Amino acid sequence: MGQRDITKERYRDGKPVLRRFHQARWDEPIIFELSRAGQRGILVPELEEEIRARAGDVLADLPDGMRRKDPPALPELSQPQVVRHYARLSQENLGADLNVDIGQGTCTMKYSPKINDQLAANPKLLDLHPFQDEETVQGILEVMYEFEQILKEISGLDRFSLQPGAGSAAIYANVSIIRAYHEAGGESKQRDEIITTIFSHPSNAACAKTAGYRVITLYPDDDGYPDLDALKAAVSERTAGLLITNPEDTGIYNPKIAEFVDIVHGAGGLCSYDQANANGVLGITRAREADFDLCHFNLHKTFSTPHGCGGPAVGATGVKEELARFLPVPLVEYDGERYRLDYDLADSIGKVGSFHGVPAVVVKAYAWAMSLGADGLREVAGIAVLNNNYLLKKMLEIPGLSVPYAKGKRRIEQIRYSWEKLAEETGVHSEELGIRAADFGVHYWTSHHPFVVPEPCTLEPTESYSKDELDEYVAIIAHVAGEAYTDPEIVKSAPHNSTVHTIEHEPFDDPSQWAVTWRAFRRKVGGD
Amino acid sequence: MSEQRPPVYPYIPNSVPEVKEQMLREVGAESVEEFFEDIPDSLRLKGKMNLPEPLLSEQALKRHVEGILARNTTARENLNFLGAGCWQHHVPAVCDEVNRRGEFLTAYAGEPYDDHGRFQTLFEYASMMGELLNMDVVNVPVYDGLQAAATSLCMATRITGRRHALVSKAIGAEKLSKIRDYCRPSADIELVGFEAETGQLDLGELKGRLSSDTAALFLGNPSYLGTIEQAGGEIADIAHEQGALLIVDVDPISLGVLTPPADYGADIVCGDIQPLGMHMQFGGGQAGFIATRDDEEFVMEYPSRLFGIAPTRVEGEYGFGDVAYERTSFAVREEGREWVGTAAALWGITAGVYLALMGPQGMAEIGEGIMARARYAMLELDTIEGVKAPLFSTPHFKEFVVNFDGTGRSVAEINRALLAGGIFGGKDLTQEYPELGSSALYSVTEVHSRQDIDRLIEALREEVA
Amino acid sequence: MTEAAGRCPKLGLIVNPVAGLGGRVGLKGSDGEEIQKRALELGAVPGAQGRAAQALERVGSIVHTDIITWPVEMGEDVAKGCGLDPTVVGSIEPGRTSAEDTRHAAAGMLQAGVDLLLFAGGDGTARDICDAVGSEVPVLGIPAGVKIHSAAFATTPLAAGDLASLYLQGRVSALREAEVIDIDEEALRGGDITVRLFGYLKVPFRTSLIQSLKSASGPGEKAAMQAIAAAVVEVMEKGVPYIIGPGTTTREIMTGLGLGKTLVGVDVVEDGRIAATDANESQILSLIAGRRAVIVVTPIGGQGCIFGRGNQQISPEVIRRVGRENIIVVGTPDKLNTLAGRPLWVDTGDREVDGMLCGHYRVVTGYNEEAICRVSG
Repeated sequence: MGQRDITKERYRDGKPVLRRFHQARWDEPIIFELSRAGQRGILVPELEEEIRARAGDVLADLPDGMRRKDPPALPELSQPQVVRHYARLSQENLGADLNVDIGQGTCTMKYSPKINDQLAANPKLLDLHPFQDEETVQGILEVMYEFEQILKEISGLDRFSLQPGAGSAAIYANVSIIRAYHEAGGESKQRDEIITTIFSHPSNAACAKTAGYRVITLYPDDDGYPDLDALKAAVSERTAGLLITNPEDTGIYNPKIAEFVDIVHGAGGLCSYDQANANGVLGITRAREADFDLCHFNLHKTFSTPHGCGGPAVGATGVKEELARFLPVPLVEYDGERYRLDYDLADSIGKVGSFHGVPAVVVKAYAWAMSLGADGLREVAGIAVLNNNYLLKKMLEIPGLSVPYAKGKRRIEQIRYSWEKLAEETGVHSEELGIRAADFGVHYWTSHHPFVVPEPCTLEPTESYSKDELDEYVAIIAHVAGEAYTDPEIVKSAPHNSTVHTIEHEPFDDPSQWAVTWRAFRRKVGGD
Repeated sequence: MSEQRPPVYPYIPNSVPEVKEQMLREVGAESVEEFFEDIPDSLRLKGKMNLPEPLLSEQALKRHVEGILARNTTARENLNFLGAGCWQHHVPAVCDEVNRRGEFLTAYAGEPYDDHGRFQTLFEYASMMGELLNMDVVNVPVYDGLQAAATSLCMATRITGRRHALVSKAIGAEKLSKIRDYCRPSADIELVGFEAETGQLDLGELKGRLSSDTAALFLGNPSYLGTIEQAGGEIADIAHEQGALLIVDVDPISLGVLTPPADYGADIVCGDIQPLGMHMQFGGGQAGFIATRDDEEFVMEYPSRLFGIAPTRVEGEYGFGDVAYERTSFAVREEGREWVGTAAALWGITAGVYLALMGPQGMAEIGEGIMARARYAMLELDTIEGVKAPLFSTPHFKEFVVNFDGTGRSVAEINRALLAGGIFGGKDLTQEYPELGSSALYSVTEVHSRQDIDRLIEALREEVA
Repeated sequence: MTEAAGRCPKLGLIVNPVAGLGGRVGLKGSDGEEIQKRALELGAVPGAQGRAAQALERVGSIVHTDIITWPVEMGEDVAKGCGLDPTVVGSIEPGRTSAEDTRHAAAGMLQAGVDLLLFAGGDGTARDICDAVGSEVPVLGIPAGVKIHSAAFATTPLAAGDLASLYLQGRVSALREAEVIDIDEEALRGGDITVRLFGYLKVPFRTSLIQSLKSASGPGEKAAMQAIAAAVVEVMEKGVPYIIGPGTTTREIMTGLGLGKTLVGVDVVEDGRIAATDANESQILSLIAGRRAVIVVTPIGGQGCIFGRGNQQISPEVIRRVGRENIIVVGTPDKLNTLAGRPLWVDTGDREVDGMLCGHYRVVTGYNEEAICRVSG
């Protein structure tokens, strides 16, 4: 055969050839199936003789009903087996480290710098107990305080709590603060409604409802903006507040946002800014300029902290000064010399999360912001939006794809596309395209339910991916979309090159079949 | 001579000016500014944000942050007896190995195809917890034990259709605060006290407060104060007689030796998995679990995700997905089935690794070892003049209340003195439980050697003399 | 019942050969021999056959079924044209089929014990099938008519083929009730639009292929309707008559009160008891004479109309007497999403009343959940 120039083989007809991707497929059994009686994965420290002698038989003192009779049927593996099992499963997981993860629109899957992970793995943080004397934790308190100052500047608001455990928890905290505010004003009984929009994150509605409010949802007008007239019809003396995202999940920035805030203020309500999509507007516009009373940031989105398969995370909640008294305790204070934990907020809504939230996440977010500075953060927003509009241009070249709403307007941060035309012409649905994309090593997410935009596809490139990577992503989607027209079967029967094949969904909705644990599965299927 | 070029950022590939230009040209824009033209001028931030100068080089960043963190002094550098919801246990190296892998660390919400690993590891976590708890349904983790407790109570109100809920006083101020705030719209919380002697739930008071309007009784076992509730079965009967549910909050690391609450009648079991392989991290290693039996009525009330197993179209192959994705609440008057969002999944995966390493033998040994060390500490502490340990005459697991009334010293004073000697004394309970006088909550685990405990005894003996 | 159960599934096929005939040549609808003749004269080509073939080909390529169909142009031709071997039952006069044949065919399929009845046609065909079998057998429509208002249809022939296949394989088992509405074509050609809610067909539907989303979806459609019902029942006042319009969501309100509801008519409820069943305009007017009353309506038929399609008994006079402030509009989020951003609308026949009804409404979408929707004339 001899030598061939493989760099030339990466192109055909002037276009790059798609990867011949195949995800690791280990067909790895469930861990219980690997168990063999007697194996140990780790040994626990031996009890010293003196302790054993002095303490006696501690279990004998337990009443019979409290002493465990049958040992838990946990799997018994040796250590290397455990490592091997989880290492294999990790290969069957496509984190942002591995794929061009722009398909998880609204999740802001940007690069999580490795240095930040290492900084947070410092024993000087790992081995701190949350109730240690303040004198002993001045370092971590400083990081938390300094990061709060950064958030204050980015948002323009006055005080932040880093306690909520993610975005939804922060939204819930904000709703709790709104409730506390109206209670203090003697109007909480009268004000029992919270307004939000259909394109805001569903947690806005869900959290407001959990807090006991009636939720009024605004649908978009013909251009895809939240309907201002609808808002006017929705406000009344029963309005407690407005929860809104801007730009919304469609990627469109609502230019009338200040009017929205004004109208709600006029009715006596407070306004909370869900900044889940803040990545595209860092340094450009802030909660303060639109006169928001509260806001929250997802540190695992805009601030680069890793998503961890779904947490841990932090939802930083910020407020104007007059609402600071309601924040969850403790807050971090600084008197010029020492940092202090302040539990003395008489009107605090109490605790939203345990201890001080997730300080490791704060360290990572702090480090990220400090590595960029004001200019860097501005560049983040600028490039994220450039990437977004570049992607838009390329995606619109794909037959069958369209972008609803706001024709001709620029998009911020992410875009919700629609495969409506393709679906009509080929009978292939957006979800099916997304699954076929997995055969090329990428993924995309459709939308929250319900699908207001038909056959949706939401992409968010962020600032972390190169032009070449964006091009590759588009090439894959274009290819898969093309297959919908020429070879729909291969799309509908996907995935083919992934970890497993099409999963049957019937068992998930049938109580007689569903199994959330291995033991339930063995019982229902194996007749154990 | 180098011209002033804008910096290129390592995390922002397209910040290279030539690439940026090329992309702008392709999009038909002059500058990035054009993309923001729909934002009204009045809403634009004028000028630059007032932030600290950036630390552009990784070296500068590392030096800066490590310098700040160096000002901490940790539990491991000292001798730590603090607990109260976050505990110092050994974290196996394999746990860190797994949760630091980028494949898991940077994944999020892919499908059960490209993210098969996440689904399988969390299904296995739930399965192993199921064995530990002797229950068939365990959720994907929520934020922490506080959330698990609050949500369990809300679930109980939805399942029974009742509002009244009884909560044991011995659950700690943080958890009670969370429950009070979170359950406000759906439940009326009433406290049930504990016996002064034993710390056990006051059964007489319980019977007095329980009625056919009660949705649930919530208690911890071990309690926040470290006591093991002896009459679990009886309590369950009392609750069930009135149609109320029993919710028990457990320490999962105790379940190698203690009876799982389901076995004595608990309907919902919740808690925090931090002891199973998470570093303390200043309180950032928490994750909550909720478990129930496999009744449709219960399953439908979980706000959390539940991962189930199912076959694929290939024989012998299995995949995963969301069970009962459309939760049909049996309480039609949905006071909101709460919400689902990013919480603490990575810790769930880690706890699975922990349980797999420990196995049944490891869990039994660690449980017994912890109890023995705690007992040793209690016995030794009790020999100190003026110190009573444990305050409650009842079996304990790893935590216990130590009373210093006889010494005439406050806990704050004692802890200050201990700190000077490099010891973190137990959590001061004086404000939280004034009825217990000058008391502190001490936590003793498998990380404490005999010398460690002896050192504490000596320091205290000296201090109160 | 399906392939999953081991035996070969039975698929019934009915093609309305003249469905869609009128549309292309500008005639409204295709019922009746005269109209069909005129359409053919104008050069119309029947499209139902081709569309049915598209759907059936798709089914055939995915799952093996026993096909039961009606003779010649009512299904046999299409099935054989797809290379399939159908069991042909019944008899027709080729070239002279009518609604009566459709009804016979549907009844025949029911008797033959089909697992799913696939039909190609329009609203009229759906009505005829509904007439014959009601909700007794699962049905799915291949859109091939001029008027496709009914929710019993898939979006395209290919989509119909896909969904039918999934259902027959047992991979989809959820069924929901789809409203069957019909326009009186005679009247329509005369310029008079009279729409009726005819009844309900049971139609398979598929929830999202992908279930692993970031956040949980809400409750299912049924639970959403129950939540709405609970919300409305809670605010019902004593001594006030409630005029309940037709629809599955409003029917749930009646169920919530422990009352039955007419499928397609307007009922009046007061103090938890039925005051009138399937009431007409004059009955309603006399019931509400001189006192405050409340109307509860939901958009019917997937087009977003809240007054004027299927509930004309709630006449302009009734609406005038009740007043806009006493109108409660209900609808599940899924229902509102089918509007895809279009407003709700009204067409009572009275311009003034239409004008009065326009504007923004709070639509009850769940328990303690509302949406602000625009209503236009």
